[in-house]
Amino acid sequence: MATSHTETHHPNWLQHHFSSPFQQGESSKLGMWLFLLTEVLFFGGLFCAYAVFNAWYPETFINAHKSLSWPLGATNTIVLIASSVTMALAIRSMQLGSKKGTLILLWSTMALAAVFLVIKYFEYSHKFHLGQLPGEYYTYEGIAGTNPHIFFSVYFMMTGLHGIHVIAGMIVIGWMIYRTSQDHFSSDYYTPIEMTGLYWHLVDLVWIFLFPMFYLIG
Amino acid sequence: MSSNGQSHHHILPLSVYINVGLALLVLTVLTVVVAQMELGVFNTILAMVIAITKASLVALFFMHLKYDNKLYLIVFLAAIAFLGLFIILSMADTETRGDIYEFRGRPINEDAVIYNRPGVAGIDTLAGEVADTVTAATDTSAANQSESDTAGGQ
Repeated sequence: MATSHTETHHPNWLQHHFSSPFQQGESSKLGMWLFLLTEVLFFGGLFCAYAVFNAWYPETFINAHKSLSWPLGATNTIVLIASSVTMALAIRSMQLGSKKGTLILLWSTMALAAVFLVIKYFEYSHKFHLGQLPGEYYTYEGIAGTNPHIFFSVYFMMTGLHGIHVIAGMIVIGWMIYRTSQDHFSSDYYTPIEMTGLYWHLVDLVWIFLFPMFYLIG
Repeated sequence: MSSNGQSHHHILPLSVYINVGLALLVLTVLTVVVAQMELGVFNTILAMVIAITKASLVALFFMHLKYDNKLYLIVFLAAIAFLGLFIILSMADTETRGDIYEFRGRPINEDAVIYNRPGVAGIDTLAGEVADTVTAATDTSAANQSESDTAGGQ
């Protein structure tokens, strides 16, 4: 920590309004955490909607959640956990100065994110086919209970918003792959990869809650 | 490490990431196994306890909150605290609305398209049932004006 204050030259990635790489890194991280705070509250509205509708229609939620395939949900949970590990290791790899390792691990994260979306696509298209759709588009008749369409409104809103985050994460990871390949990073400077990692872990965190809420307990 | 970089950062040993990853896998299997048993309300409680444990592992180790400046932990906990406040107050309302008059425990706008779609199981009977409850409650509240004021205040 103390060593960063002793330098005499400014590296090109140090912006002029920061006095040291340490200060720049800490500022980036605080900004990122404040963004993640807004993300938690963004998803929070939907978590609250889930809690309220679950309290109003408990039987419907129990009956409707059986139409989701928990093996697919569990597979996706494992895929996202694996992608979180590769993301964390990508950062570690750049801390150790290995560009090649970072690229391989970022590509692995990207590939696992794609696997997640492919599985989600099969789940969604099956629901579309059966008419298990949100609100007024709901035409399925096989679920007993009041207002089963509300379960699917909440399901599609929450998993859909999460899916959009996965896509956004893939775009940012792609950008990091490009910048890594262009030698923008080193063991001294890898803040953008680190911030991408924080975002990606938050996407994993949200799924850690969505999986039991929809696939296991309804 | 170079002297001008982010050398203050911990470089965690590979084993930390592998072990945390394995712990997350084990907890995922555990939550699936527990969900197959009939435990009543404990199904929900256990699923949430396991999810919170998994989330804590991700936040502390993968997101480095255990090692970083504690300011970031405070920011994250603030987000969780306000989310908790939001959900707890909303549920305190939702769960107790029907305690005095049953009709107050139901969705406010029964006529909304989303609640009143023909062809969706249970809708027609629910609408009739609510109309009866509302009528009954209105009669009662006319007889006990002071009690109805109390209910409205809550």
